[in-house]
Amino acid sequence: MATRLQFENSCEVGVFSKLTNAYCLVAIGGSENFYSAFESELADVIPVVKTSISGTRIIGRLCAGNKNGLLVPHNTTDQELQHLRNSLPDQVVVQRIDEKLSALGNCIACNDHVALTHTDLDKETEEIITDVLGVEVFRQTIAGNILVGSYCAFSNRGGLVHPHTSVEDLDELSTLLQVPLVAGTINRGSEVIAAGMTVNDWTAFCGSDTTATELSVIESVFKLREAQPTAIVDEMRKSLIDSYV
Amino acid sequence: MASNMFVVPQTRGTVLCCKCGISMAPNPANMCVTCLRSEVDITEGLRKHVTIMHCPECDSYLQPPRTWIKAQLESKELLTFCVKRLETDLKKVRLVNAEFIWTEPHSKRLKVKLKVQKEVLNGAILEQSYVVEYVQQDHMCESCTRIQANPDQWVASVQLRQRVTHRRTFFYLEQLILKHDAAAHAIKIKQMDQGIDFFFANRSHAVKFVEFLGKVSPTKSRHDKQLVSHDPKNNSYNYKYTFSVEISPICREDLICLPPRVATSLGNLGPLVICTKVTNNIALLDPLTLRQCFLDTEQYWRHSFKSLLGSRQLVEYDVFNIEVVSPEYNVGGSKYVIADAEVARVSDYGKLFYIRTHLGHILKPGDRALGYDLYGANSNDIELDKYKGLVLPEAILIKKSYEEKRQKKRGKPRPWKLKSLDMEVDESRGRANEQKMDSEYEEFLRDLEENPELRFNLSLYRNKDYQPSEMVSVSDGDDLPSVPLEELLADLELSEQEDGEDSMRE
Repeated sequence: MATRLQFENSCEVGVFSKLTNAYCLVAIGGSENFYSAFESELADVIPVVKTSISGTRIIGRLCAGNKNGLLVPHNTTDQELQHLRNSLPDQVVVQRIDEKLSALGNCIACNDHVALTHTDLDKETEEIITDVLGVEVFRQTIAGNILVGSYCAFSNRGGLVHPHTSVEDLDELSTLLQVPLVAGTINRGSEVIAAGMTVNDWTAFCGSDTTATELSVIESVFKLREAQPTAIVDEMRKSLIDSYV
Repeated sequence: MASNMFVVPQTRGTVLCCKCGISMAPNPANMCVTCLRSEVDITEGLRKHVTIMHCPECDSYLQPPRTWIKAQLESKELLTFCVKRLETDLKKVRLVNAEFIWTEPHSKRLKVKLKVQKEVLNGAILEQSYVVEYVQQDHMCESCTRIQANPDQWVASVQLRQRVTHRRTFFYLEQLILKHDAAAHAIKIKQMDQGIDFFFANRSHAVKFVEFLGKVSPTKSRHDKQLVSHDPKNNSYNYKYTFSVEISPICREDLICLPPRVATSLGNLGPLVICTKVTNNIALLDPLTLRQCFLDTEQYWRHSFKSLLGSRQLVEYDVFNIEVVSPEYNVGGSKYVIADAEVARVSDYGKLFYIRTHLGHILKPGDRALGYDLYGANSNDIELDKYKGLVLPEAILIKKSYEEKRQKKRGKPRPWKLKSLDMEVDESRGRANEQKMDSEYEEFLRDLEENPELRFNLSLYRNKDYQPSEMVSVSDGDDLPSVPLEELLADLELSEQEDGEDSMRE
């Protein structure tokens, strides 16, 4: 189910939150509305953790993670790191990495099996990603943009990419990620997909400016209509390549 | 760096419009054009109704604050004018196209369709066309109002006079004025005794005309003004200005006896001289020594003098014998040869004269020439009396006469014609004057035929009525001088069928 919400009057939900299959991170806002929206959806299933990273609220863009682990930039404070380690489930490995490109959320887009990264990422970082997140790493660009983490959002069931992505690129990415992909927009025509929404296998949260058309596209590509938390148990990799033309 | 790297062809995918969900190519706004149009109206805030002033008399439109622009309906000038009236609006958007939409000519409405472009949202450029309606209000422009109020009203007048008995100068001036379009602003032109009056609506036009006259003829002018009305409240005065321009009485082919002062100032030029050319300088030629001098307008008017004998007093002579005395001289562009000639007047073959003439290059025995009969003339000139001991030649020949050959061509139209100014003639003169005018005009035309330098400044037009005669003309050595066809301009005809020939230059 896709939900529309706002963080302090901003529709860029993906900037202030990080949603995975095992946990959810939420920024500390003035009012509790943002947090309660997440809680009402997710409380019984996964922990919803309020945090900041290096004192900022843009946690969605600074960290990258999936059900296996969470990577945080080098400027995360020790207290924040400790808080995260305490709050998250034990099987989630929280790792601080030393990387020049510290906005990991913008540089890395991942689900539980595959990750797409910025082309200039360090070799060591790539290895850490493979270890901690347990994924296969591909360096890619999306519609000519190197910030793959910003311009696409994908889960284990589907993905949404930048609207200007060409058909050939879409096919190539789909093959790599092994999920159906579609090019579309979020928040009334905005191209920065991952900033406008955050998604996991059974639910998605979008900015309130998202039009009905966009919402229906999201619900169909991420297969949210019939999704229930229990359905994740049987994971099936679809080798079918499906895209809207 | 392989230049023949394999590049994957990129095809653009389609996305769904974020509002209506139809499939479309992605654009910066990611909305289909219809949705974008419904969102944003770039013509918002632009004027759709404008009022323009139109003068029904002269079909012109007012561009505030004061200019009136003449334009036809649905013309390029009118379109430019309409777009200019919207200038402030069009600063906000970019104009791509403008065209007229047809409206009834008498509906007093003009419709213009404008296509504009503007950048909206995030970089998408939207193009939209809209219609502006112009309501035409009738309002007479100032010049038409003035003409309507009093058509004869003039503010400045130029009175052009020359104290001679013939009108040759005025015929020539008329052609010059036509060529330079100097009387374009004149509201009325009136022909007077010994001159022409020009009336203008503006003092500066009159001043410009007087300056033009000063450039083409040796003139002396003075000006006056007369108070018409006076507004004491804002101290403004309305005047009528009059310019009196007098042209010097010296004409071409006149025989002049120079006053002693002038003769000495010109280097002892023989007191008898012929005037060869009059522009704003007077060219004087001494026929016996072939010396030529120029008198500036100022110089002339400082010590003005009259001519001794004018072209009216020319008498025909028969040339019996010519003996060339000197080689050919080139004086001021024309060639002269001094010769001794044996001549007799056509009216009195009894008396033979042996005279010296400067026309040795064109006269041959058996020719006719025109000259001044000093032997028979009774000169009453003060200047002549001042010269003690001056021996006057018995006759001075001026030009060759083509009278016999003209007899053959009498009645046949010329291959060229001249235009004329629209002049009001003073009706108080009688019939006799008209005949005199006609014969003078005929002489003027003959003059033009004979003198190429005279034609130089004028525009001659091809005569449509002229057909060259079918008879092979018997060429008898000495042909009648005529205007070569290449010099003629084809008259610009603006007929309905638009077959006007453009005027060609020689």
